[in-house]
Amino acid sequence: MLLYVLRRLLTAIPTLFVIVTLAFFLIRVAPGGPFNQERGLSPEIKANLEAEYGLNDPLWLQYGHYLKNLSHGDFGPSYNLPDFTVGELFARGLPISIQLGASALVLALLLGCLLGTVAALNQNRWGDYAVIALATAGSTIPTFVIAPIIQLVFGLSWKLLPVGGWGGGAMLNKIGPVLTLALPQIAIVARLMRGSMIEALRSHHIRTARALGLSDWSVVVRHALRGAILPIVSFTGPAAAALLTGSIIVETIFAIPGVGRYFVDAALNRDYTLVMGTVVVIAIFTIVFNLIVDIMYAVVDPRVRYD
Amino acid sequence: MLKTMLKATVFAATLAVSAGAFHAPAFADTVYNRGSAAEPESLDPHKTSTIYEADILRDLFQGLVMQDAKANVVPGAAESWTVSDDGTVYTFKLRKDGVWSDGSPVTAEDFVYSFRRLEDPATGAEYASMLYPIKGAEDANTKKGKLEDMGVKAIDDHTLEITLNAPTPYFLEMLTHQANYPVNKASIEKLGADWIKPGKLVSNGAYTLAEWVPNDHIKLVKNPKFWAADTVKLDTVNYITTEDRSSAMKRFEAGELDSYNDLPTEQLADLKAKFGDKIHIGPYLGTFYFAIKTDKAPWDNVDLRNAISMAIDRDFLAEKVWQNSMLPGYSMVPPGIEGYTPSMAKFADMAQIDREDEATKILSKLGYGPDKPLKMQIRYNTSENNKNTAVAIQEQLKPLGVDVSLINTDTKTHYAFLEQKGDYDLARAGWIADYKDPETFLGISRAASGNNYSRYNSPKFEEAMNKAAADGGQPEKRMKDLADAEQIMIDDVGNIPLLYYSYKDIVSPKLHGFVDNVMDVHPSRFISKD
Repeated sequence: MLLYVLRRLLTAIPTLFVIVTLAFFLIRVAPGGPFNQERGLSPEIKANLEAEYGLNDPLWLQYGHYLKNLSHGDFGPSYNLPDFTVGELFARGLPISIQLGASALVLALLLGCLLGTVAALNQNRWGDYAVIALATAGSTIPTFVIAPIIQLVFGLSWKLLPVGGWGGGAMLNKIGPVLTLALPQIAIVARLMRGSMIEALRSHHIRTARALGLSDWSVVVRHALRGAILPIVSFTGPAAAALLTGSIIVETIFAIPGVGRYFVDAALNRDYTLVMGTVVVIAIFTIVFNLIVDIMYAVVDPRVRYD
Repeated sequence: MLKTMLKATVFAATLAVSAGAFHAPAFADTVYNRGSAAEPESLDPHKTSTIYEADILRDLFQGLVMQDAKANVVPGAAESWTVSDDGTVYTFKLRKDGVWSDGSPVTAEDFVYSFRRLEDPATGAEYASMLYPIKGAEDANTKKGKLEDMGVKAIDDHTLEITLNAPTPYFLEMLTHQANYPVNKASIEKLGADWIKPGKLVSNGAYTLAEWVPNDHIKLVKNPKFWAADTVKLDTVNYITTEDRSSAMKRFEAGELDSYNDLPTEQLADLKAKFGDKIHIGPYLGTFYFAIKTDKAPWDNVDLRNAISMAIDRDFLAEKVWQNSMLPGYSMVPPGIEGYTPSMAKFADMAQIDREDEATKILSKLGYGPDKPLKMQIRYNTSENNKNTAVAIQEQLKPLGVDVSLINTDTKTHYAFLEQKGDYDLARAGWIADYKDPETFLGISRAASGNNYSRYNSPKFEEAMNKAAADGGQPEKRMKDLADAEQIMIDDVGNIPLLYYSYKDIVSPKLHGFVDNVMDVHPSRFISKD
């Protein structure tokens, strides 16, 4: 198992290299650069700026520099937020996005699995219909609708939560964003869980368990759940990578200083180094979580072996 | 009796406690939660460019001169100044009690250092041109001259002499721009790029930088060493970034923000009804215009350009598309600059219906009609309102037989395209004043300007602008010259001005000293809060 993990981590390096290289050249294909703006700069001033950031070097040289710095963990300065390095921006924003994303993920998994199981056990009865209705609503109402509703109801009408802001990480400030992030995920997990649980409950080993006279609780929790949870495990990998690296919509509406906004802002601003930073971070998260999913498979499903 | 006394004591104690509780806020810090629609890019005065940074830097630093609550020029780090008879030499007397937040005195040498740093090509300052009127500054910035040869000299610790290329009546206005604030040499040399970090930043303004959480808030606290600290009423100013305009309105309503410097245009009518006089809207020094490619057929024909400009219904754009958050515009220079009357397009007073008739006549005279429709492309940078504007114009020109197609790209692509003199017909652009002078709006139509997207090149206009520059010593005459120049450009339709911008603020009635002005400048040091 350890060998397998090591092997996977080693193969991640060439994968990352390919991603970095592609991203480096692709973002430069986009017209315009970090210093094009409403108020045009004179060619001399633009030249000063480009010299300051080494943007007037030949592209292969810039690429070489970037790779060299990256191998030392240096993402370079942000062009559009020059008071911070890309590393500093992530050091500040990523923990915030991770806190919100992780809370939302845990909430989604717990509630989603519970709701899905309840629906499966009450198949084609009102409990099932209620969960399906909820799940459909949750996955079809976009977050940019849910978020303002949460602000209006909890923030303005009931005055239970702040409307927006991070508040230095106060508990109350996190509730709105976490709920918004979690709702669509709860819906997806519940639907996945319902489907796989129904299938698991129909399988032979469950029939055998029932025939042996095991209690409902034991049948569901100890036997069916183990098989039913597998699709959830594979869903969790990409979902975790996406949730933990922040959401631009949730962060913008709730004015949360996470890193979600950088994915879009950096590309629009042609902030090359910040774009590269986000690409590397997402790539690492995706690779790591896919690995974790594969390991989890081995833990949950005894049929899976990595030797 | 005892009971009564007990009662009385309890009553007195309760009174004391509640009185204490009642008075507590008066002793506590006054905090102004100042909402902002965008995050500053940098707090280094030499690396900034946006109005959002300007607000914060105006609180942190003091230039030689500053703006008061009405955006008028008032003494800053300099307590007085004299100008030589020929208008080219300014001698500033710095105030003796001016100190940096670390206690060291603000000297003339600090300004020499700062002005050289702004012009140093190695700094890469976007707004280096804010000191180009100074002798040798442009040369130093473009590596044609040396920084030491700039016309900035420290006569003694408190006397600064600045020599200009030519009389520049708006020089003092330019000095209020954040790029011209002084920076602290000792801390920059000691800390390098970290000099700007919270807790380390040495500034000379009414506030110092306490915290900066990017995309969350910037906390400024009152600087006790500021020379006018006894007049500063707010102890803490939190600049709170909230990009989403609708969220900002809710945060304002919930009391999380005391003011906010933008409004969601599409909700303007509702907001006005809901918030009443908390909504501040008024003319702002900015122009929304379309550049038109004057060096390419068929747009090299003045009559054709004029017909298009004339046919656009600006009232409709202002009222329906922009919900009265903009005013119809017929000149490049918006109204609001003292001593200057903008030169309007000739058709400004005509009824829209007559304008359309006139435009149709011109078009048919030029041979355009149902058989030979005029094809025109409008480029704009993606935004809901830019799109609606372009679509409205497309509809307005359709009855005239003009076949308009639209192209939208993101902002960077749009301006890169325009700067590289790409091929287009009409393109959306905007201009906000850096300082209160017509020059800032007219300069962009000069042949040599990098912002002359229209490629407008008129010897008559250049001549008029040069005449205005030569008359720099006579402000009234100069303003007239500039108006003449603007009339030439407007009659030539070198650009198509469409709308004047408005400032759009929402302000809590608890705030005092938030005075509406054409620059939308509101220094925190003049603001107080109940």
